Amino acid sequence: MTWIAQNLWLIPVLPLAASGVIAVNKQRQHKLAATLAIGSMVLAFLLSLCAFSATLIHHGESGVFREVAGFNWLQFGGQWLQLGWVLDPLTAIMLVMVSFVSLLIFIFSVGYMAHDENFTRFFCFMSLFAAAMLGVVIANNLLLFFVCWEIVGLTSYLLIGFWYHKPSAAAAAKKAFITTRIGDLGLLLGMVWLYAETGTLNFYADGHGCLESSALTAMVTHMTAAGMAVSTAIGLLIFLGAVGKSGQLPLHVWLPDAMEGPTPVSALIHAATMVAAGVFLVARVYPLMSAHPEGAAAETAALQVVTWVGALTAIFAASVAVAQTDIKRILAYSTVSQLGYMMLGLGVGGVAVGMFHLITHAFFKALLFLGSGSVIHGCHEEQDVRKMGGLKKFMPVTFATYAIGMLALAGFPLFFSGFWSKDEILHAAHGWPVSHIPFFLGCAGALLTAFYMTRQVALVFFGEYRSSGRQSAHSSSKTDKHEKSAPTHVGGYDGKGEPHESPAVMIVPLVILAVFAILLGFVGTPAWPWFDGFLNGEPAGFNFSKLTESGTLGLMLASAGFVFTGLGLGWWLYGKRQRKTAEEPDVLQVAQPAVFRLLENKYFVDEIYDATGVRFNAWAAQACDFLDRWIWGGVVMLVTWVTLGLSSLYRFTDEFVVDLGFDTGCETLREGGGEMSRWQNGRVQTYLRVIGVALVVLVLFLIWGRKT
Amino acid sequence: MLAWTIYISFIGVLVLMLLPREAARAARIIALFTAVAGCVVAFAGAMQQPDPGKVATIVKVPWIPAIGASYYLAADGISLVLVVLTGLAAIAGILFSWNIEKRTKEFFAFYLALIGGVYGVFLSFDVLLLFVFYELTIIPKYFLIARWGSTRKEYGAMKLALYSFVGSHLVLIGLIAAWVVARAQTGHASLDLMELSKVPFPLGFQQWVFPLVFVGFGILAGLWPFHTWAPTGHVAAPTAGSMLLAGVVMKLGAYGCLRVAMVLFPDGVRMWQNEIAALAVIGIIYGAGVALVQRDFKFVIGYSSVSHMGFVLLGLATLNTIGLSGAVLQMFSHGIIAGLLFAVVGRMVYDRTHTRDFNDLQTMQLGKLLPFAGVTFVLAGVASMGLPGFSGFVAELQVLMGAWKVFPMAAILAGVGIVVGVAYILRAMQKAFYSDAPAEDKSGPEHPLEPISVPERIGAIMLLATSLVIGLFPSLLLNWIQPCWNSPLFERLLKGGSL
Repeated sequence: MTWIAQNLWLIPVLPLAASGVIAVNKQRQHKLAATLAIGSMVLAFLLSLCAFSATLIHHGESGVFREVAGFNWLQFGGQWLQLGWVLDPLTAIMLVMVSFVSLLIFIFSVGYMAHDENFTRFFCFMSLFAAAMLGVVIANNLLLFFVCWEIVGLTSYLLIGFWYHKPSAAAAAKKAFITTRIGDLGLLLGMVWLYAETGTLNFYADGHGCLESSALTAMVTHMTAAGMAVSTAIGLLIFLGAVGKSGQLPLHVWLPDAMEGPTPVSALIHAATMVAAGVFLVARVYPLMSAHPEGAAAETAALQVVTWVGALTAIFAASVAVAQTDIKRILAYSTVSQLGYMMLGLGVGGVAVGMFHLITHAFFKALLFLGSGSVIHGCHEEQDVRKMGGLKKFMPVTFATYAIGMLALAGFPLFFSGFWSKDEILHAAHGWPVSHIPFFLGCAGALLTAFYMTRQVALVFFGEYRSSGRQSAHSSSKTDKHEKSAPTHVGGYDGKGEPHESPAVMIVPLVILAVFAILLGFVGTPAWPWFDGFLNGEPAGFNFSKLTESGTLGLMLASAGFVFTGLGLGWWLYGKRQRKTAEEPDVLQVAQPAVFRLLENKYFVDEIYDATGVRFNAWAAQACDFLDRWIWGGVVMLVTWVTLGLSSLYRFTDEFVVDLGFDTGCETLREGGGEMSRWQNGRVQTYLRVIGVALVVLVLFLIWGRKT
Repeated sequence: MLAWTIYISFIGVLVLMLLPREAARAARIIALFTAVAGCVVAFAGAMQQPDPGKVATIVKVPWIPAIGASYYLAADGISLVLVVLTGLAAIAGILFSWNIEKRTKEFFAFYLALIGGVYGVFLSFDVLLLFVFYELTIIPKYFLIARWGSTRKEYGAMKLALYSFVGSHLVLIGLIAAWVVARAQTGHASLDLMELSKVPFPLGFQQWVFPLVFVGFGILAGLWPFHTWAPTGHVAAPTAGSMLLAGVVMKLGAYGCLRVAMVLFPDGVRMWQNEIAALAVIGIIYGAGVALVQRDFKFVIGYSSVSHMGFVLLGLATLNTIGLSGAVLQMFSHGIIAGLLFAVVGRMVYDRTHTRDFNDLQTMQLGKLLPFAGVTFVLAGVASMGLPGFSGFVAELQVLMGAWKVFPMAAILAGVGIVVGVAYILRAMQKAFYSDAPAEDKSGPEHPLEPISVPERIGAIMLLATSLVIGLFPSLLLNWIQPCWNSPLFERLLKGGSL
């Protein structure tokens, strides 16, 4: 076994230790906190590179390179449950991505959070998050996976609610935690069932793991009550966990609200890594999801569900993004939509297709979020795109990098990573034998993506700056009341309310991410499908003729066509005719008020949930409370009253029946005693008189008594 | 050696009674010393036990030979877990009642008497002795609540005492019946648990005696719908009282269910298994639901106890080793976590702010004023909602795994209870500590709040560390619990008797 596979645990433990040390140190030691967090991430990144190169060296030897290690943790019945980690291409690629993106975002945060009074707490939580996320990646065991997954959820809660004194942030944090917990319930039950079925939770263990053929065959043939294979049922339960974490329909509601957290958090957790963990989970248990009996269709029910959920989420969220005005919310809905694409890719094309989009998306979406952070920072905490405009003059570097991210997300042909990864998904969807609808949904989503991103960039960076200094001062003073510790402005705050470029510590990560947003696409083009081969353990060669094959080329052209349509439409509606003031209604709002209202309100999903689930829950809880207070409490009170009533009755009986007799008896005795005591009045004469009379009586008795 | 846990506690009671009334400080120190000594003895005794799977006799002398009662103390792994829990909870309770000024010495005398009785229950292997210790705990409980409690203390104390007495009388009837039948069957009188467990009670007999004894003990374990003593009792009790109530007294009930009801009447359990599971699941969801809408901070925790004890009962109902281990582990875990939650609410918050109403608390910004209390509650809350890393997770996971094999539906519903559990903890956390609701007058509390004292810090860290250690290394306890199921005591329960 390679050294790195043996010591893979070091990668998550390093940031964990950093987080612990930061936690016990004084709150004011900003430098120490940042150094520890970033230092540990650098080490973790280097180790991840080691792991990556180890898989590269062994790549193509015989099948997929995979090494596992583990230890006994928990005694279960008579058996030991193991915890452990696995090094395979999937792990390696995720490790490198997570640690690298985390590192860049940590560096960015040093600038972004510089003036926050809870700077150390921020880095403590971020390190804890990174540790848990890396743990999720290396886990070779559904239990360890779940443990880390939950800690990831917790840190997400803590970081969304980082500015907890803002009621909206506190509410968003709670919502996020509870919504994802609903999904986690599925994962938990899936895990319990999986254990009951296979007796192990290890993914891979030399043929005994639950993702290896012997366990899978058993699960495929074993049917549940509904005529569904056990593997499918478990797969769906596990997928529910992924739905919660990755913000898929119908549990997507928490993700846009999660933007209440600091922007680096949104970039790291709610764009690049944590939300992708759901996709990663599906990729990890893909053998389970795709397990099917000999001869049956390869598109298992579980995978079909994944596909449909992904496709619907992709189009749903993309359409909502069109009508949002908060720069971060637009990106949030875009994230939901892109995660839908990844799920779609997993469903129709397998691990490599979904994962490729996950990796490219991580880079360009982190870039976009950090860019938006830079914009928000530069505009003095303004998040409404209607109040921005013309920022390319003020923030040239941010603009350039943001534009790259936007083109990558929109899928601009050939030069940007997003194009290649999205193209692969559409390609796979096109060839899906079950239905063509996901493909069309995907294409429509691609058009919408290009459209809303153009809209956003046009509103933010082009035209004239629409927020006057007074307005911004007003709005910031309004928010300041609630955001005492919100990041204050770094660097060139000129007091005139003019936007400014961000400091270098924030710009450099942007540039690095931008470079990757372009380059990454080239490892997965049809001509050189290295990524695909790497994950599947097959060598990949250059083959440029693949590019010009009729199917591939046609699809690429079609997808490019959609992108250009979206870009053109966006530019035509928002770029050419710039809005003049911030209050002006949206172009679409004028044209289609009803549709726009529906989109603006996110199809009213939140309201529906409030009216149904949340209200039902509150009602049930109230009912239970009522029951306890009045029924069970009432029973107790009733018993008390009955007891008291009986007691009164007893008392009555005592007083008037028992006592009366008793008292009368006593009284008679007493009176009798009194009567008797009169005889002993101490008068000697009376005594003598009585004795005399008695004597006479006695004598008379003796005389006459004898005779008779 | 373990028997000394009982004796030390009662010696502590005697010493306290001899103290002059004014010596409050001395009383505290003596109480703490006694509790620490008890805990150390518990640990040492547990470590000495060579094989936790076997029932190791500590002392066995005839007591009332005519009816076969003996003074029989013994311990197996399950007793060890609970004795150690009692030791830890006892220390923590004293640390969190360091500020008791009213009749300090009587308070601690009652406190130690309660602890002594609890140790006694966990170590008794004679059912009559167990019952006597069990009754013995009711009296100090009553006085602790009625004298040193708060909100409707007389009501709470009386309710608790009455519920307990009703429960123990059900138990008593059942035990007498069992004794009579056993004597008729074996020809000699015995109250020895080990011997009684071998008696093949007739099925018809078990069918009605088992629920009697189980419900009798179950009342104290918060079995729905006999749970209402728990929230009111917890709320009325002084901090240390609620810590002990939730921490160990509720475990007495669950322990009795397992050790007496289930061991004596294994076929009875099988007949009523589904009903128990149903009540347990109702308790889990119901308790969590009620906790979600409380305005009183302490009621939230009180109801959460009902919910978490539901997991213990569900684990017991599974009748497989995974579920049973989970149940015992959950007893330990809940004892630690609930104790800590009550400590935060009762001692850290209520003693300083004199209110537990969320509407008042949310204007106080306690998260800023008492950061230690806030962080402690966050961690304890996280542990309570079953997040991995803390003991609650491993315990509830095992219960769910065990339940899945027998009643999958119950496992699913219990899972729903966990989700609601997240909701009420988060709600309480945000309302009590991290809310920014505007107060009518912005002046804040009149006096600056007293900072968190050293004993409180020690107690909180001790309990948190325990939960964390068990969460990370559950084998520490499972190595004690797991072998027990192979002992002859549980043979009929697990292997399936005549049914």
